[in-house]
Amino acid sequence: MKIAVCIKRVPVMEVKFAITADRSRYEETGLKYDINDFDLWAIEAALQLKEKAGDGTVHVVCMGPNAAQEQIRKAMAMGADSGVLLESDARNYDGLAVARALAAELKDGSYDLVLFGRVSIDSMNQMTGPMVAELLDLPVVTNVFKLDVSGGAGRAERVLEGGSEVVEFPLPAVLTIDDGLNKERLPSLKGIMAAKKKPLEVKPATLEGVQLTVKSMALPAERAAGRIVGEGVDAVPELVRLLQTEAKVL
Amino acid sequence: MANVLVIAESRAGELRKVALEAVTAGRKLAELAGGGDVHVLLAGGAGITGKAAPLAEHGADKVLVLEHDGFAMYNPEALAATVAGLLKGGTYAFGLFSATSHGRDLSPRVAAKLGVALLPDVTGFSVDGGSVVGQHPINNAKVIATLALSSSPALVSVRPAAFTPAPEARALATEAITSAVDPASSRVKVVELKQGNTDKIDLNDAPVIIAGGRGLKVAENFKLCEDLAEAFGNAAVGATRAVTDEGWRPHTDQIGQTGRNVSPDLYIAAGISGAIQHLAGMRTSRTIVAINKDKDAPIFKIADYGIVGDALEVLPVLTAAVKAAKAS
Repeated sequence: MKIAVCIKRVPVMEVKFAITADRSRYEETGLKYDINDFDLWAIEAALQLKEKAGDGTVHVVCMGPNAAQEQIRKAMAMGADSGVLLESDARNYDGLAVARALAAELKDGSYDLVLFGRVSIDSMNQMTGPMVAELLDLPVVTNVFKLDVSGGAGRAERVLEGGSEVVEFPLPAVLTIDDGLNKERLPSLKGIMAAKKKPLEVKPATLEGVQLTVKSMALPAERAAGRIVGEGVDAVPELVRLLQTEAKVL
Repeated sequence: MANVLVIAESRAGELRKVALEAVTAGRKLAELAGGGDVHVLLAGGAGITGKAAPLAEHGADKVLVLEHDGFAMYNPEALAATVAGLLKGGTYAFGLFSATSHGRDLSPRVAAKLGVALLPDVTGFSVDGGSVVGQHPINNAKVIATLALSSSPALVSVRPAAFTPAPEARALATEAITSAVDPASSRVKVVELKQGNTDKIDLNDAPVIIAGGRGLKVAENFKLCEDLAEAFGNAAVGATRAVTDEGWRPHTDQIGQTGRNVSPDLYIAAGISGAIQHLAGMRTSRTIVAINKDKDAPIFKIADYGIVGDALEVLPVLTAAVKAAKAS
C-alpha cells in the first residue's frame, strides 16, 4: 500500500488574530503553528492502512514556508516514512493553483491512495483534495468518517448535513478525511528520534495562473455583550418575553 | 448578459432549503452584474421534474431538469461533467453552488475541469468590474477575508443560511436535459443514503437549534432538548464535540470547528461551557441563549441572553413556556 498524505502548516487558532494596518493580511508575529487537525487524521488513517496491509509507505507532501519542515518531521515522528516540502512563502487562497502544484508532484508517484484533511482550518477552502483528484483523473470521496479498504477497492461513509452516505470506489483514489474517523497518535520519543533520519526533500513550488486574490482582511463584528436574564427556572418567563418582544424569534 | 447557472441541491427526491437560498443568491449576482437570466440545474431520480416549482417562485427564469435514475443518489462524477459542460458553452458568466457537503464536493471538481478558480463558501458578495468579490471566513471564522475572483466563468459557492430565500415569482419554465456522460459510468458510487429520521429538520435548514453539552450529564437527557425542539416545531438538536465523542449523539450532529457551522435565528446552548472550538461553529447565530450552571462560562460572553442554572431543571420549564407561547 503506497499512500501519500497532503498536509498543511496552519496557525494554532486559540488566539485573537490582528489585522495589519494595510488590511492585506493577518499579523503572524507571535503565532504558533501545527499540522492542520484534519490532516492529522489523514496521517493517522494512512498509518493504520499501512499497518493493516502489513507493508507499504506513507509519504508526506506539504506546500508551505521553509519552517513547515517542522510539521513534516512531526508527521514522520508519528510514523510517515518520507516527505517533500514544496516551498512557498505566499499564503495562497487560490485552491486551483495549489492543487496544480500538488498534482504535478503526485502524478508520477503511483500511489494507491492520496489522502487530504477535509478542510484546512486556516484558508477554509475545502477544495484542494477534489481538485487534485480531478487533475489526476482519479476518483475522489470527500468528508470520509468511516473507511474500509481491501482488494483494490474501498467503501467509505461521508458526512452529510443531518446524515451520511455510503460510497464505493476503486483504487487508486483520493480521499478527504473528516473528524470522527480516528484519533491521531502522539509521536513517541523513539519516533521523534527516528524522524530526524528520514528523507525530507525541499524544493521550490511553482504557482501559476492565480485567479483568486486577497483584497482585504477584517475581524468579524464582535457580538455585543449579552446579559444574564436571571437564575434558574425563575428566569424562564423573562427569557420567553425577551425572545418574543426583543429578539422576535418566538 | 451576465447569466447565472445555479446548481440546486436535492436529497432523496426533495429540494433542500439551500437550493432556494442559492437561487436568491443567483438573482442577486445577476443583478449586481448588470442583469441576466438565472437558470437552475435540478438533478434527481424519477419525479424530480415535479419539484421544480419553488425554484421558479424564487426567481429561476428556467429550470434545467436532469431526471434520470442514475441521479437518484448523488452522482458526483456525472454531475460534475454535466455542470462543466453547461458552463463551458459560453452562456453563463457565473456558476453558483451551495457550500454544503455535496456542493463542496461538486464545485471543486467542476472548477478543475474548467481550469478556473473557485471562490468558496462566501457569506456575501459584490461585483467589481470583471471580478466577483466575496467575503469568506478563514482561520476558524476568526478572520474574514475579502477575496476577488477574476475568471470566466466565475464559480462561487455560498455558505448555508447566508442568504434568506426571497420569493420572486416567475412563470415555471423547465427544459429537460441529459447527462454529459453515462451516469452508470461513474467510478464513485453512492450506494446508500443514511438520513436518520427523515422527519427531522436538518441543522443547516433549521431556524432554531437546541444544542446540548456535557452539562446534560447523560445521553438520555438529550430527550429534554428533543422536547424543546418539538415545542418550537422548526428546531433541530445539535451537540458539542465532547458529547459526540462520548457517543451520546451521532457524529453528524456535532457543531463546531471540526463539525457543522450553523447560523440559525435562535441558538439555545444548554449545558455548554463554550469552548472556542464550539463557538467557531455557531457564533454567527442571530440570537444566542445560554443556560449553564457556571456563571463564568465563556458561552455567556457571546450569548444575548443567559440563564445561570442547571439545564436539566430549566429545559422542561422552558419547553412548557414555549408551548404556551406557541399556543397563545
